[in-house]
Amino acid sequence: MKSFYGTQLPNSLMLGTAQYPSPAILEQAFRESGAGVATVSLRRESGAGQTFWQMIRELGVLILPNTAGCHTVKEAVTTAYMAREVFDTNWIKLELIGHTDSLQPDVFQLVEAARILTGDGFQVFPYTTDDLIVGERLLTAGCEVLMPWGAPIGSGRGLNNEYALRAMRAEFPDVPLVVDAGIGLPSHAAQAMELGYDAVLLNTAVARAGNPVAMARAMMLAIQAGQLAHQADPIEARDMAEPSTPVIGKAFLS
Amino acid sequence: MKIVLNGESREVCAEILSDLLVECGFSGRVATAVNEDFVPSGLRIAQKLTDGDRVEVVAPMQGG
Repeated sequence: MKSFYGTQLPNSLMLGTAQYPSPAILEQAFRESGAGVATVSLRRESGAGQTFWQMIRELGVLILPNTAGCHTVKEAVTTAYMAREVFDTNWIKLELIGHTDSLQPDVFQLVEAARILTGDGFQVFPYTTDDLIVGERLLTAGCEVLMPWGAPIGSGRGLNNEYALRAMRAEFPDVPLVVDAGIGLPSHAAQAMELGYDAVLLNTAVARAGNPVAMARAMMLAIQAGQLAHQADPIEARDMAEPSTPVIGKAFLS
Repeated sequence: MKIVLNGESREVCAEILSDLLVECGFSGRVATAVNEDFVPSGLRIAQKLTDGDRVEVVAPMQGG
C-alpha cells in the first residue's frame, strides 16, 4: 500500500465521525470495522467539543481534520491553521465548496488554497473532482494525495463516472488516490478498490444506515475484497460467452 | 467593551484574548480567530481586543 505523506495506513477505510445516532455507536462502528483514519471538523465551542475529542483520541486512529463548509480560500486556510493547532497534525482534508446543491468542490479556489497550505508545511488531502487537469494542478501545488469524489457528498450514488476514475488511476499511478464522497453501499467501496484506488473515505453510508456498526464492518470487508481482487489481476469483460467447462471429451449423447 | 463572540454579541471586561477565554469559561482544546484571522495559542496573550471585534472560538467536532 502506498504511504500517505510518509505514513502507512493500517487499512484502506477512512471513516467520518458525523451523523451517528449516538457517540457509543460511533465508537463501536470504529472498533468493529477497524477503520484506521477518522475525519473530524472544527465548530464553535459549545461545551461538547472536549468530550468528543477525548473519545476520538481513545480510538487510537489517525486524525484527518477537514475544512468542511468553507466557501473561500481565506476561510479554508484559516480553518486549516486552527485545525492544525487543535488536532496537532499537519494533515488537512481540504474542502472548498463551490456549489450549494451538489457540494461540488470549487477546484480553482482548491488549487490556490492547496498551494498556500503546502507552502506552510501542511499535508493536504484535497477533496476534488475526477478532472485530470485539476489533479495535475493539485500535485504541482504540492499535494501528494488526491481525493476525487465518487458522487456528491451524502448522495450514496456510488461511482458516478467510473471511466473518469479509471482514467485518473491510470494517469497518476504513483499517487495515493482516495474515493471521497458518494459511497452508499459496500459494492461501491469494493468497486473503487477494484479500480486500484488506495483508500475510500465515507461517512453517511455508515452513520445513517439502520445498523451503522454492521455497515461499517461490511464496508471494511468490501474494501478488503476489492483490494484483494485488484491485486489478483481480474479478467477482462468480453461480449461473447466462452465455456468454462472443457468442450473436448464431452460424451456424444444426442 | 462589546464584542461578537461566536456570532453572539457580548459585553465583556477582558481586553486581551487570553483573558477573554478565561472570562467566558473556555478551556481544553480550542482554536481562536479574531476578525477572521487565526490567532495561535501562544499569541493570545498579546492579542488586544477592541470594541466590535469578532472573535471565534472553535473546538473538535464530528466531521465527514
